Amino acid sequence: MSVNQHLLNVIDLKTRFYTPEGTVYAVNGVSFNVAHGETLAVVGESGCGKSVTMMSILRLIPTPPGKIVSGQVLFNNEDLLKLSEEKMEHVRGKEIAMIFQDPMTSLNPVLSVGRQLTETLRTHTHMDAAQARTRAAELLQWVGIPQAGNRLGDFPHQFSGGMRQRVMIAIALACTPDLLIADEPTTALDVTIQAQIIDLVKHLKQEMGMAIIWITHDLGVVAGMADRVIVMYAGFIVEQADVYALFDGALHPYTLALMEALPRADRRRAQKLKTIRGAPPSLLMEPRGCPFAPRCEFVHERCIQENPTLLEQAPRHLAACWVNVLTGELRP
Amino acid sequence: MNPSSNTIPQFIVEEVEPPPLPLSQLTWRRFVRHKMAIFGLIVLSMLVFYSFGGGFFVSEAYANKTNTSLRLDAPVAAHPFGTDTVGRDILARTMYGGQISILIGLTAASVEVLLGILIGAIAGYYGGWIDNILMRFTEAMLNIPQILLLIIMAKFFSSNVPNIQLLGRTYSGSVVVIILIIGLTSWPYLARIVRAEFLSIKEREFILAARATGTPTWEIIFKHILPNCIAPIVVSATLGVANAISLEAYISFLGMGVRAPTATWGNMLEGAYNYIETAYWLWFFPGILIVLIVLSINFLGDGLRDALDPRSRTA
Amino acid sequence: MTDAPLVRVEHLSKHFPVTRGILIQRVTGAVRAVDDLSFTIQKGETLGMVGESGCGKTTAGRTLLGLYPATTGKVTIDGHCVQQAKGKEMLTIRRKAQMIFQDPYASLNPRWTVGSIISEPLRVHHLLATAAERAARVQELLEMVGLNARHINRFPHEFSGGQRQRIGIARAIATQPAFIVCDEPISALDVSIQAQVVNLLEELQDRLGLTYLFIAHDLSMVRHICDRVAVMYLGVMAELATRDDLYENPLHPYTQALLSAVPIPDPTRDRARQRVILTGDVPSPINPPSGCRFHPRCPIAKPHCAQSVPAWREVAASHWVACHEVK
Repeated sequence: MSVNQHLLNVIDLKTRFYTPEGTVYAVNGVSFNVAHGETLAVVGESGCGKSVTMMSILRLIPTPPGKIVSGQVLFNNEDLLKLSEEKMEHVRGKEIAMIFQDPMTSLNPVLSVGRQLTETLRTHTHMDAAQARTRAAELLQWVGIPQAGNRLGDFPHQFSGGMRQRVMIAIALACTPDLLIADEPTTALDVTIQAQIIDLVKHLKQEMGMAIIWITHDLGVVAGMADRVIVMYAGFIVEQADVYALFDGALHPYTLALMEALPRADRRRAQKLKTIRGAPPSLLMEPRGCPFAPRCEFVHERCIQENPTLLEQAPRHLAACWVNVLTGELRP
Repeated sequence: MNPSSNTIPQFIVEEVEPPPLPLSQLTWRRFVRHKMAIFGLIVLSMLVFYSFGGGFFVSEAYANKTNTSLRLDAPVAAHPFGTDTVGRDILARTMYGGQISILIGLTAASVEVLLGILIGAIAGYYGGWIDNILMRFTEAMLNIPQILLLIIMAKFFSSNVPNIQLLGRTYSGSVVVIILIIGLTSWPYLARIVRAEFLSIKEREFILAARATGTPTWEIIFKHILPNCIAPIVVSATLGVANAISLEAYISFLGMGVRAPTATWGNMLEGAYNYIETAYWLWFFPGILIVLIVLSINFLGDGLRDALDPRSRTA
Repeated sequence: MTDAPLVRVEHLSKHFPVTRGILIQRVTGAVRAVDDLSFTIQKGETLGMVGESGCGKTTAGRTLLGLYPATTGKVTIDGHCVQQAKGKEMLTIRRKAQMIFQDPYASLNPRWTVGSIISEPLRVHHLLATAAERAARVQELLEMVGLNARHINRFPHEFSGGQRQRIGIARAIATQPAFIVCDEPISALDVSIQAQVVNLLEELQDRLGLTYLFIAHDLSMVRHICDRVAVMYLGVMAELATRDDLYENPLHPYTQALLSAVPIPDPTRDRARQRVILTGDVPSPINPPSGCRFHPRCPIAKPHCAQSVPAWREVAASHWVACHEVK
């Protein structure tokens, strides 16, 4: 597949933070792509670098402590890392939109919801005040807020958690972006509300055809939503595959371990949950060798010496591991 | 509560576990960055040394020795700060006066802190009508100008108090009276702060955990909640010392504070009232000492406030 | 033959008054956080209590232990009545019934060392006479929960979230309690750490003969660890059944909706499911809907559901439901 066909192409992205305690190696050479209209899930636990990667793509990293050290972010074949801040502002909101985990802190609590919508609309399009207002009411209705017209003047705290998230989605999709980045948008919501929001996003995607990057730590949500999945650990991508292929047969020990640590609501309890010994590595040290080696049950000498590269181990299924997890032997 | 940090942006905080640094080290590091606080600490130490250390070189009798032939002499080698209206050496008097002023500052602040903590803790922890009554009383006290209260109480109480012997010195009983009334009129500020801290801390989950353990109430108040609001108490106590010293200076200057022959920097100013232009050394030296000590304590308090702020966890 | 239950809850209610007014506070209503709960917990079992935000499960846990005074109702733990206990008897209840909290960052006093935190229950209940004996027991407890005993003088902020949760567990088992209320003990932890803590809880249960009330919102974890499960909605219990019975044969429409909303980490199964998507938000517990509280969102609601509160009935062996439409 030629590079030109991808909507987003991230190549060897490295982001670090320079702090008094030392250098934080947050993102260490991450490469992936997103096709038009595709839903890509990014899975990992806290500290794996998934949020920092997305913030780096949108250049929202505060640059005194943070720095995008190297890499390219090709969006519609244009390198976002080389754009001027002014042009970048045009990209954010209009072409790439982002929604966050906690709508209470990402919505401005002192501005009405209608105002926040119309502001986005008027920044990126040529609507006048009246047109923007009409469109704002339409958007609220579209995301399923009852009596949308009356609620334009309400403030974020007057909505419930699920409703606020819908408002965030409305703001994000107001200018019909090509890519929506969702950073754990349902983690803080109740499970029935989460189901509603996921349902909504799926419908909106069908209507609008945008690509989605969905960040989560919940493998169940991934199974329900994603076309492809990337698994991150300690600032690296350790596995990348089609969603069915990943759940059928994960190839990286970390992914396998995560799946075995999960209890299931749809099956009778089989045995004790499998745990991963140890703890995630400190990001303050320059990575040497495979970051998962200290905790891996398949570890070999080579893993400690050399960080495995992300290689295609099966058709369109990449894993960064020297070991064949089915046999436990080193790959040739 | 995840450690918040000024240098690492909010969204990454949960992704990095900071290396454990003992709280005391962190606090010291933050304090040391405050240049004015270090300056204040140094100047304060010098003043304390001057007042208390000076007592080894100069006896109290000498400080009180009158010699009318030398009265109102300008500063010379024998009397570097000059002499006062009855010929006493001002340098020596500032040393002994300093002891009293600092002593008053410290003990009045202690009275204030004790009362403030007690009232604030009870009001904050129990709430309800106890809180209501205590707070209305506190507010009433806050509305009366402290100086007025001090003057009235000083006038009323200090006339008939005998002298006391303590630590090898004789004090006018008015010192104790002044300490008590400054302490008794300064506590409302601290009480409000302590109450606010108690109101917020008692809702925290570790307090519920202590109740679930069966910990008795007084232990919860003094061993659980109080250690968590040490920071504002320390800052308030420090500034309270400076406040007490200046209040003492005010009322002694008005003639209602500490009585003769005990010297304080404040009542030395009173004696200078009529000689402001003619004998500047009468008011200049005690005055500058008061300014220096109040300033240095304030700087120190500022530094402590920043260093002890639990929200800032970077060094 | 069934033994007498360790914990018996009878018609427990907890309402928080809503007041208005500046000078004189008038009570204008109440948050009916928990309403008329009745259930029992057998010795050695793990009862799960699930529900979404606002369902009252945390309030129920705290009221059960007497941390909040109950508005009405009665709780008996090992023969002691919680609502009427005072002084020594209350202290006995506190020794026998403990709690593990949700937030590992907020449930430990940041100014106390780990040693002080864990030895506090030992001191308060006068279980060991000397400080040396207490220190030894603390070290034993630290090792029991998988922590290094040499860290006894460290402060909470020097530990990770999972480790802090272990400290909280060590504190809870220090008095050798019979019953522990686990209030969302793993919600704030990463997935891989959750598994560690849950395994620890199970191991301790086997070793020490503990009984748990496991309050959680993660239905997958609840299925894994619990023997019986109760589903709460807006302060009332909607359904209570043995674990597999509840998950395989849910009777209450809310339980059915809840279970169908849980994401399954298996793309084929997850996408093939029939989902019951509920409309709207959870109503406020200040003014709960009349009759059956679920009726405004219920897919099978009938007119009479708004008029009368459904009775709490045992419709099958050990399977209780509060719903008019379940026969």
